[in-house]
Amino acid sequence: MIDSSVLYRKRMRTNRIALVLSMLAMAVGMGFLAWILIVLLYKGVGALSLSLFTQPTPAPGSEGGLSNAIIGSAMMVGAATFIATPIGILAGVYLSEYGRKGWLAPATRFINDILLSAPSIVIGVFIYTVYVAQVQHFSGWAGSLALTLIAIPVVVRTTENMLNLVPASLREAAAALGAPRWKVVLHVVLRAAKAGVLTGILLALARVSGETAPLLFTALNNQFTSLDLNGPMANLPVVIFQFAMSPYENWNSLAWGGAVIITFGVLCLNIVVRTLFRKKI
Amino acid sequence: MQSSAVTKRDMSFSQLRGEQTSQATGSEQSPKIRIRNLDFFYGSFQGLKHINLDIHEGMVTAFIGPSGCGKSTLLRTLNRMYDLYPGQRATGEILLNGKNVLDSGQDVNALRAKVGMVFQKPTPFPMSIYENIAFGVRLYESLSRADMDNRVEWALRKAALWDEVKGKLNQSGLSLSGGQQQRLCIARGVAVKPEVLLLDEPTSALDPISTAKVEELVHELKSEYTIAIVTHNMQQAARVSDYTAYMYLGELVEFGLTDEIFIKPKRKETEDYITGRFG
Amino acid sequence: MRAQRFQDALFHQTTRFFAFSVLAILAAILGSLLYGAWPAIKEFGFGFPFSAEWNPVTDKFGGLISVYGTLSTSLIALVVAIPVSFGIAVFLTELCPPALRSPLGVAVELLAAVPSIIYGMWGLFVFAPLFADYVQPALSLTLGNIPFVGTLFQGPKNGIGILSAGLILAVMVIPFIASVMRDVFEVVPGILKESAYGLGATTWEVVWNVVLPYTRVGVIGGVMLGLGRALGETMAVTFVIGNAHRISPSLYEAGNSIASTLANEFAEASSDLHVASLIELGLILFFVTFVVLALSKLLLMRLGRMEGEKT
Repeated sequence: MIDSSVLYRKRMRTNRIALVLSMLAMAVGMGFLAWILIVLLYKGVGALSLSLFTQPTPAPGSEGGLSNAIIGSAMMVGAATFIATPIGILAGVYLSEYGRKGWLAPATRFINDILLSAPSIVIGVFIYTVYVAQVQHFSGWAGSLALTLIAIPVVVRTTENMLNLVPASLREAAAALGAPRWKVVLHVVLRAAKAGVLTGILLALARVSGETAPLLFTALNNQFTSLDLNGPMANLPVVIFQFAMSPYENWNSLAWGGAVIITFGVLCLNIVVRTLFRKKI
Repeated sequence: MQSSAVTKRDMSFSQLRGEQTSQATGSEQSPKIRIRNLDFFYGSFQGLKHINLDIHEGMVTAFIGPSGCGKSTLLRTLNRMYDLYPGQRATGEILLNGKNVLDSGQDVNALRAKVGMVFQKPTPFPMSIYENIAFGVRLYESLSRADMDNRVEWALRKAALWDEVKGKLNQSGLSLSGGQQQRLCIARGVAVKPEVLLLDEPTSALDPISTAKVEELVHELKSEYTIAIVTHNMQQAARVSDYTAYMYLGELVEFGLTDEIFIKPKRKETEDYITGRFG
Repeated sequence: MRAQRFQDALFHQTTRFFAFSVLAILAAILGSLLYGAWPAIKEFGFGFPFSAEWNPVTDKFGGLISVYGTLSTSLIALVVAIPVSFGIAVFLTELCPPALRSPLGVAVELLAAVPSIIYGMWGLFVFAPLFADYVQPALSLTLGNIPFVGTLFQGPKNGIGILSAGLILAVMVIPFIASVMRDVFEVVPGILKESAYGLGATTWEVVWNVVLPYTRVGVIGGVMLGLGRALGETMAVTFVIGNAHRISPSLYEAGNSIASTLANEFAEASSDLHVASLIELGLILFFVTFVVLALSKLLLMRLGRMEGEKT
């Protein structure tokens, strides 16, 4: 028979080991975050300069920047957010305001959550088959559409969550004044949840800003500055990908510069969103 | 068979509870728990103010008072449950068998082995009925399968639950009714053979029949355990307890034999509360 | 009054239409992928996922290499990510001082927000060289000597390949799994944990015997979510997997996953059959992740319902 104090000591030891391992896991997680950020700063800040924002992507070995990619990314991400916002908000309104009964709301909620994590490269393949292959050329619009499809689920999910936080008494108060349902929703509920809905849009923006895979064969790339969404368009993620994989040193350095811009942009958006709206996202 | 399992445990446990053998044989007059100048703080809010109280061995002590009066808080200091929550702290003395459990050197796990607790709502663990009982026992003893079977049966009999569950020990504890779940929790507490049982409104979530069963149980268990029970139900306090403490706003207003408190309270406030004029 | 009722109905139907459009997107994705993959499905039949041939010159295609790459990297990622995520979740819910809980939780979520291409670059330029110099030789000398398993850890030590890709994936999915685990651990009623502490159980015993069994369904759901992410992750894998179309017994060898094959070849696919085969790979990937994510969602919903019944 094992002495009870031996058993007791063994339990305490197991507990201590487990808790130390748990702390270690946390340290590992934070370590990776810190490591990645430090590497980015170390390699990328040197590449940051004014010309990064003013010069277009160069030929191997010559001077240049990322202006065309930045412009292209901004246009495509902007277009995607612009299209996804109304669609996502209205779908979110349906789920929250009319989603109590029927099959459509639960089905949509379910599918939406799956699309939230669906492989983004497949979205690219989808846009390629239904759009690029049909019009026979890569274009900024194709890239925007792919990003739109990635942004919509984000907006839908946050909108529904945020509208659900609006107290029912507010809806009832507005309805008691005789306001029709659509006015209650548009003027009272959505307004009350304004910050939350904005959160969703910003999160969607952050999410699509860094997406690379769906742009590889939709927007493709463009060495030159182009404002035409109807033609191939440079964009930061794809340029980073190509330049990072290339053997040219100046391209590699530009890739790190782009990586810094994207990462800190995305992280800033996320931090802003989380401080702006501290409730559950 | 049962008793052998129990004695074996007592022997094996005596090292851990070094003081037990010398103290446990005291008369009824020596209090099991002595509370002296106990203050309790939730952050900067003082939840208990200068509590002085003796909890007598082999007796049931009831704590009554309006909600927020600190009766549950007091109970939770006795097994240092508040340790789980940063910002909560207690000062003063709580002497269990003459040793201050508030000492920073006190091993809370060892303390909780001696001071069992049952909560407002039934809290069966997400495991079988058998495992619910065995879980606690395994923390302190490595028993053979047969000994463990005996211990589980013994604990379930103590909690008057054996006959209802003996055929389904492998079913989930969650499959039982609310009243049965609560008695399972009592059995779980009893199984580790504590010296003191803390019952925090143990019947507040139960129907009247289950409540009666639990009260009966309290009555039977007090011969072997020192019991402290928090209740919002004055009739319950009157029915089950030997001593009653009336608390209000974190202070102990009156403490004495239950019969005296209920028939002839010394303080006006106590009288107002138990006659229902306030509360 | 009538105008109002009409407006109300119009508004209702408009929102309904957009909710429906989410379903339509899913149907459209499945339909178009099936349509695009049809030439390959017709040509190669059901043997496609099991054939290791991938030859644009002879126009013969099979998906086995990519499927193997996807599954093996995801498996490695889970093996590494599950214990670490569990540790992080336990730390955040049970050990962390309350003042740090929120900032550390946000930091974990930020790890999930870092674009995957950054993980890829970091993996290729920072992780891979260190991995090749220090970790791979050490693994070869230790695990590499175990019979049978050993061959997995022998091969070119250049930091590129299936194992590296799996490890980068692990870093990527840790925040997803850890966040879900933390969220489900938080639904455990405090009183239940207190009951276990009340018996004198240690923190670890409470976590292992009470919290984990109570949230089992949700934890599995979280792992499935991580798996879904790992299966479909493109950029992080593409950088470090090595883009080699072969299956090798060694995890040090380069390979290809479905996503990395698509990323590398799609824009430059030569023949129609090549494109169709790539789309079929995409279809397989979409289908598998869909099933995994649906399972994850169902499990998490079950935990949510369980919680609803209790309170």
